[in-house]
Amino acid sequence: MRKRIDAAQLRQLLSDNMRIMIGGFMANGAPEGLIDQIIAAGTKNITLISTDTGTPEKGSGRLIHAKRIAKLYASHIGTNPETGAQMNSGELEVELVPQGTLAERIRSAGAGLGGVLSPTGLGTPIAEGKRIIQVEGQDYILEPPLRADLALIRGSVVDTKGNVLYKGTTQNFNPLMATAAKTVVVEAEQIVEAGELLPEHIHTPGIYVDYIYQREQTDA
Amino acid sequence: MRELSKQQVRRMIAWRVAQELHDGDVVNLGIGLPSLVANETAKDMEILLQSENGLLGMDGLADSEHHDPNLVNAGGQPITAAIGACSFNSADSFAIIRGGHVDVSVLGALQVDELGNLANWIIPGKMVPGMGGAMDLVVGAQRVIVAMEHTNKGRPKLLTRCDLPLTAAKQVNLVVTELGVIEISGQGMLLRELAPGIDLETIQAHTEAKLHLADTLKTMPIPNDL
Repeated sequence: MRKRIDAAQLRQLLSDNMRIMIGGFMANGAPEGLIDQIIAAGTKNITLISTDTGTPEKGSGRLIHAKRIAKLYASHIGTNPETGAQMNSGELEVELVPQGTLAERIRSAGAGLGGVLSPTGLGTPIAEGKRIIQVEGQDYILEPPLRADLALIRGSVVDTKGNVLYKGTTQNFNPLMATAAKTVVVEAEQIVEAGELLPEHIHTPGIYVDYIYQREQTDA
Repeated sequence: MRELSKQQVRRMIAWRVAQELHDGDVVNLGIGLPSLVANETAKDMEILLQSENGLLGMDGLADSEHHDPNLVNAGGQPITAAIGACSFNSADSFAIIRGGHVDVSVLGALQVDELGNLANWIIPGKMVPGMGGAMDLVVGAQRVIVAMEHTNKGRPKLLTRCDLPLTAAKQVNLVVTELGVIEISGQGMLLRELAPGIDLETIQAHTEAKLHLADTLKTMPIPNDL
């Protein structure tokens, strides 16, 4: 199966009103080349799932800056003044989710679970309106799974089967998002032949990855 | 005590928090003042610093020469990893945090109250940065230490009840400020240490909650060079 796609093929996967997950933490490990393509394609009214909105110049925050996002799920928006400004003006709907809860909501979607029970947020505004379930005498908040139409992630080394290795701290939400969307595109920093990565060094099994994209010289 | 600069006050608080750490502890430090604790730990003590973006064994900020674009802390700054460090994804990172595998979490606060409630993520209508990993850290760590200046421009931050939305309920164990060290106990706020030159009237005047006195009230140790 051929997994590599170019910018034109990538744009075929994009449409308005999509629900898109984008990996990265403060833009570290974010698929900047794929974000370039969303901006170039003019895709809008997106529901974005991303742990933070980076800055107006880096990471998923560039889509906020370009006013392509209608709804956002994130744990932290303080580093991108655009996010707060658009939230206050009513252009952008924001649901703040504790970071660990966001990770587990995405993981549980990919793992076929009906959500998770977390103690995080008990006694805070996060618990309001949610089901509280007691297990072994301890209260937990029922947090539903979170999935998307498209996940855009970045891998440091990707083999031709789509197996991914992430360097340094660039894993963050990328391996989780790879499991929780209908279509998954990895932006590869480096592509190698299948067999060059040791099986035990692979973080994301290739079966999760539908397409491999490499940032082109002509990108933004 | 002579007047300390803001920088000296922050260092004094960070140094005192560092005395609470033990060899082998897994520690998460929040941004700002709490991050200074890393500079104050005893050199012969091994502390494993956890960075919630996915690293256990954070070393320090990277200089431009050793800058690896793939390695950052939770503030997005380039860092170096200690020998024996390991990296992981965000679900694993928060399993470490929520699962009780972090010994000490050090955070700043907007407000702390006598029940151990903490508010540090939102001022409605004014500041809405989001909670990031703070709610998980406070619920999951074995011990939660708040490191902060005692007041906000003279307004008490140690209250009978927090009036800002909470980050977590009943999770704070210890508060270290430039005026003293306060334990959150079943009976409320227990003053364990008073900073040199500070008397009871002064610290109580800057604290809304009633301070109870520990049986062995001590003078708060400070770094020799302050």
